[in-house]
Amino acid sequence: MKNRTLILSALLAGAFATAHAGEDLSGKVSKLVADSFKPGEGQDMSRLAQDDTQKTCSKTRNNPSAKEADAINARERGNIKYPDGNHLMGDWKNGEKLVKGGFGMRIGSIEPDPAAKQKGGNGGNCYACHALDPKEVAAGNIGPSLTGYGTLRGASDDIVKYTYEKLYNAQATVACSSMPRMGHNGILTPAQVADITAYLVSPESPLNKK
Amino acid sequence: MKRNLTVTGMAAVVLSLAAPLAMGEVSVEEYRAMLADKDANPGFLVIDQGEVLFKTKRGPKNATLEKCDFGLGAGKLKGAYAQMPRYFKDTKRVQDLESRLLTCMTTLQGFDASEIKKKTFADQRYNETNTDIEMLAAYVAYQSNGMKINPPLKHPAEKEALKVGEAYFWNRQGPMDFSCATCHAEDGKRVRLQSLVNVYNKNDVQATMTTWPTYRVSHGVARNMQHRMWDCHWQMRTPDIEFGSPATTALISFLTHQAKGGTYDLPGMKR
Ligand code: HEC
Ligand code: HEC
Repeated sequence: MKNRTLILSALLAGAFATAHAGEDLSGKVSKLVADSFKPGEGQDMSRLAQDDTQKTCSKTRNNPSAKEADAINARERGNIKYPDGNHLMGDWKNGEKLVKGGFGMRIGSIEPDPAAKQKGGNGGNCYACHALDPKEVAAGNIGPSLTGYGTLRGASDDIVKYTYEKLYNAQATVACSSMPRMGHNGILTPAQVADITAYLVSPESPLNKK
Repeated sequence: MKRNLTVTGMAAVVLSLAAPLAMGEVSVEEYRAMLADKDANPGFLVIDQGEVLFKTKRGPKNATLEKCDFGLGAGKLKGAYAQMPRYFKDTKRVQDLESRLLTCMTTLQGFDASEIKKKTFADQRYNETNTDIEMLAAYVAYQSNGMKINPPLKHPAEKEALKVGEAYFWNRQGPMDFSCATCHAEDGKRVRLQSLVNVYNKNDVQATMTTWPTYRVSHGVARNMQHRMWDCHWQMRTPDIEFGSPATTALISFLTHQAKGGTYDLPGMKR
């Protein structure tokens, strides 16, 4: 159901996005990138190097062929790492903090995120794209609403595993998803991903209260 | 001096009005109405400051910028911004307003481009007033107020900038896997409560592009499109993208062509 809607909107996005597409411009884009960022103190040029998944999604404007999508899913699935002891349900209270946090990982010489604000790790930035706690009105809508996530889906092992894996690497299931690969890209650690999983699934979590 | 004080004073009024933004529909309406009130736009003062700066002899060559060619001939400002970005023969590349200003500040006034590039944006965290280039861009752009966005698309380099700019718009990079398209290619999307322009929606992209340079209330200064390009890259967690770089210029070419036909309504005023 959900997948079908996603695929449909991806197709629609592709339909008007490809007006100028067709030609492979990736070489020219790489050149543009190489000429446009200033190296130096506080900069990390390695962030501009694309992995194969980013390359495919850029070239196809997030509209990969079935074959390309399968390759992405398989590769990203293989990239998932699990926390010690395989405890996918962590501490939902810490998960709540991480979900709210938006700091971390901004670099450069103009306005890097101050290290002092990053105690407890990077934020998950979830509210940028999702509704979560029903009491929080400042919720973005790039991703689907997650309010009542656990109430709606339960807390079976399958749901817990699906949730952990979605957070760790969204593209293991949805190729070219707009959601950052939180665990894979090193934004969150496996233990933090487990904490957020608990925040989404656990019945005690405010996200699952009315 | 006096002028700066007035700008800060007005910004404070504007900010106090803007504070209840998150509280509900009515406040959002009020906020919008306030943003639409042109007379309350401190950007006008920045334009005045920019004009003074433009006509003042400065730099190692002790010259004004009055002979700067923005594409319509030396010293022709009226309507020039409405026909940018464009290809310039002397520099052999496509330039937007800000990168062209940089060229004139170096060739006419003798400033060192790399020195200027070290400090192109006022830092709102320290309540800084606008940098020279921010004031100058606000002034020159205003000379196209009321005119239609109509950048030329004849020279092969102009076509190339547009095409590669669009391809770069879809380029996913960095730890967030973001491209510009993640946030700006669908209608009705928001990051938290901030509405996102869909650059593939004509009305939407025109509303955006016709109102830059803009007075940013949350920054207390006038900003230009080069700053917005840096700001979105900063959010994408990339290294700092360079002022006037080929990538920012290509992106601005793409965005400007998407908004072709929109009428400049300057100075803008935004969150
Ligand atoms: C930049 C946008 C963005 C950010 C940031 C983001 N997400 Fe997502 N998320 C999406 C999109 C788009 C989807 C739908 C596509 C997919 O499933 O990959 C999604 C899907 C999901 C799903 C699956 C929903 C379902 O119905 O199966 C979960 C769970 C989720 N996100 C949780 C989170 C959490 C928790 C965070 C923060 C740690 C987060 N997301 C950060 C965009 C985002
Ligand atoms: C993670 C989300 C995100 C990404 C990725 C992103 N932006 Fe933005 N963009 C925003 C937000 C948030 C705003 C500010 C909206 C506001 O203040 O109301 C914005 C504002 C803008 C504006 C000004 C809109 C207006 O109406 O004045 C432009 C133009 C723009 N972005 C272009 C880009 C380009 C080009 C890129 C890629 C280099 C990009 N953005 C990447 C989130 C993003």
